Amino acid sequence: MALFEAKNVTKQYGNQLALDNVSISVPEQCIYGLLGPNGAGKTTLIRIINQITGPDSGELFLNGKKLMPDDVQVIGYLPEERGLYKKMKIGEQALYFAQLKGLSRAEAMKRLKYWFKKLDIIDWWGKKVEELSKGMQQKVQFIITVLHEPKLLIFDEPFTGFDPLNTNIVKNEILFLRERGATIIFSTHNMESVEELCDNITLIDKAKTILEGSVDEIRSQWAANEYDLVFDGDVKIEGNGQYNILNQHKDNNKSIIRMKMTGNINTNDILQTVMKSGNIISFNPALPSMNEIFIRVIEARN
Amino acid sequence: MNKISVIIKREYVSRVRKKSFIIMTILAPLLMAALVVLLPLLMMNEDGDFKKIAVIEDNSDLFKGVIKNTKDAEYVYLENTRVEDLKKTFENEGYYGILYISPELVNTPNAIQLISKKQPPIGLLQDIERSLKKEIERQKLLSYKIDNLDEIMKNIETNVSIQTIKIDESGSVKETSTGIAMALAYIFGLLMYMLVFIFGAQVMRGVIEEKTSRVVEVIISSVKPVQLMMGKIVGIALVGLTQFLIWIFLTMAAVTVLKTTILQKSEPTEITQSVSQNLMSGDQQVAGTTQTADISPQLAEISKMFDNAMNQPWGLIIICFIFYFITGYFLYASVFAAIGSAVDNETETQQFMLPVTIPIILALMVAIATMQNPESSVSFWCSMIPLTSPIVMMARIPFGVPYWQIAVSMVLMLVTFMGFVWMAAKVYRTGILMYGKKTSWKEMWKWLRYSG
Repeated sequence: MALFEAKNVTKQYGNQLALDNVSISVPEQCIYGLLGPNGAGKTTLIRIINQITGPDSGELFLNGKKLMPDDVQVIGYLPEERGLYKKMKIGEQALYFAQLKGLSRAEAMKRLKYWFKKLDIIDWWGKKVEELSKGMQQKVQFIITVLHEPKLLIFDEPFTGFDPLNTNIVKNEILFLRERGATIIFSTHNMESVEELCDNITLIDKAKTILEGSVDEIRSQWAANEYDLVFDGDVKIEGNGQYNILNQHKDNNKSIIRMKMTGNINTNDILQTVMKSGNIISFNPALPSMNEIFIRVIEARN
Repeated sequence: MNKISVIIKREYVSRVRKKSFIIMTILAPLLMAALVVLLPLLMMNEDGDFKKIAVIEDNSDLFKGVIKNTKDAEYVYLENTRVEDLKKTFENEGYYGILYISPELVNTPNAIQLISKKQPPIGLLQDIERSLKKEIERQKLLSYKIDNLDEIMKNIETNVSIQTIKIDESGSVKETSTGIAMALAYIFGLLMYMLVFIFGAQVMRGVIEEKTSRVVEVIISSVKPVQLMMGKIVGIALVGLTQFLIWIFLTMAAVTVLKTTILQKSEPTEITQSVSQNLMSGDQQVAGTTQTADISPQLAEISKMFDNAMNQPWGLIIICFIFYFITGYFLYASVFAAIGSAVDNETETQQFMLPVTIPIILALMVAIATMQNPESSVSFWCSMIPLTSPIVMMARIPFGVPYWQIAVSMVLMLVTFMGFVWMAAKVYRTGILMYGKKTSWKEMWKWLRYSG
């Protein structure tokens, strides 16, 4: 069942249409990617989910029930532009935001200690935000977002500003949260992390939904009958009626060949043909990366 | 509701803990106390130095001994000395200056010169002028050959002060003092002005800080924008209240301490002390005016002033002050909040500040005019119009205002205050999420009509 649903959401600012009849359906315990070029309407949609602004028309459902103002308690939001009071100590600040989300002071304190220790920033509790590095601020912001254990988490570009090490830590925390039952909406331009993390995506461009579905399905849909064939040692093969060779190159004593099927052909038949040429290490469908798909879709629309 | 209190608490605590707040809170009363105590002291003593002044008259001794020595000036009457000679040496001889009186004085009053190296204090000049004027008048009178002139002069010496008595509708008579009413009007007007401006501007800065640091998006994913705005406005109002209470308390404490330590040596303390004793020992002495007047006219004056101050409708003043402070502050603070939300940084606020500043300045000017003429129609209308009424009405009340006028003014104020808060909240809600766009009045008008 879908934990969160938006149906036919439309929002207009003055003369500018920010969202045009957009619908999304986020299954429970799913990591849902919200993709799209800058200015597509992602932030507007996220603000509507957070009830920061209301839609002009359309409906929103959480757990099958209409989204209510009190539901902000079960939503956690990490905005793209991080916001912390510069002159406030981070411990106090985290306590403040936790209390605004409805946690009692004592409970908030307990959870904050746990998280600050877990992300290794406990020593910074009494420091002011302006004294922290950007990555450190991000960690604080991340903790503030997840502290009240929301059922629905919304991350807008969660990895910007992190070094690879911390990116990995946060990535693992996100996966861990999902395991513990959270559903995550995830907006990003970083397509690698989409492939790595997201189960489902929606691609929005110019206020409209243009691509939607599970990441695997979308990638195989866009896989244009191409395969990667890898041989041990130096092997060369040539195309026949069933397939064409797009390119082949050697890498570390392996031969990597990209081939394109000419029609709807049984892969076993092909394997039987090519295995005569050498030792096959792997044979995989060459899935286009989300990056490629993203660029192709958007460019096709322009 | 609980969340608003969390916001109020943060706004309050984070401000009260600031170094600048603590410094201002402690320093301001000390400065005020210094002003209250030292200023009169300085004014009484002038520059405090003892001055010896040489008096030279050309070929006559009409004014010999006319100018009495005071505790910081001695007049030495020199004969057979020429001004031209003394001019060069008077400083070495220990004189502060030379007072030269020409023989033509009785006919041409400008023929006096005070020659000195420094600018002489006003008190000294007034003293000399007064003494000479009296003497000249006496001499002129003498020329009419009136018998017993000295006795007559003593007899006609009079002090005049007008006693103002106001009769209200119920016919009860109250002694009022325009001076006290003016002072009150001025204090209240200025206080309202400062409160609205200092703390209203703080609200604006707070909103801008939240907007530019992008904290606002995190907060309003937890609470409604209106809650954040109101929390901030209330929190800052409490900060202002705290500061004022501490100021009042500390100023009084500091004044007492300063008075007992610094003023001990000088004469005026005796007067103040005896006055306070008099006031404390009861009204009887105040009532026995003839007696007190004889002993010390100054004392009677002060006790009368005290009486007059007590005659003010304090209950009404306090109620009105609280009402107009709260509504006036909320009205302006919400406008300030809306302005803060509409801009990206403080420099951009200028264009919006002017239209907000004008009514406040206007109100202050009308309030000052009110002191001259409390019944003018400008004062009346400005005490009705909600943007100026908090200041102007407070200035009018010490002079007496019919209850129906206060009621109408308050109702208008309440309605406008709610309207302004509502509009400001709408602008605020949209404004805090708008970045990088130069906002105009037209734009803000559009935001008013956005839904949700």
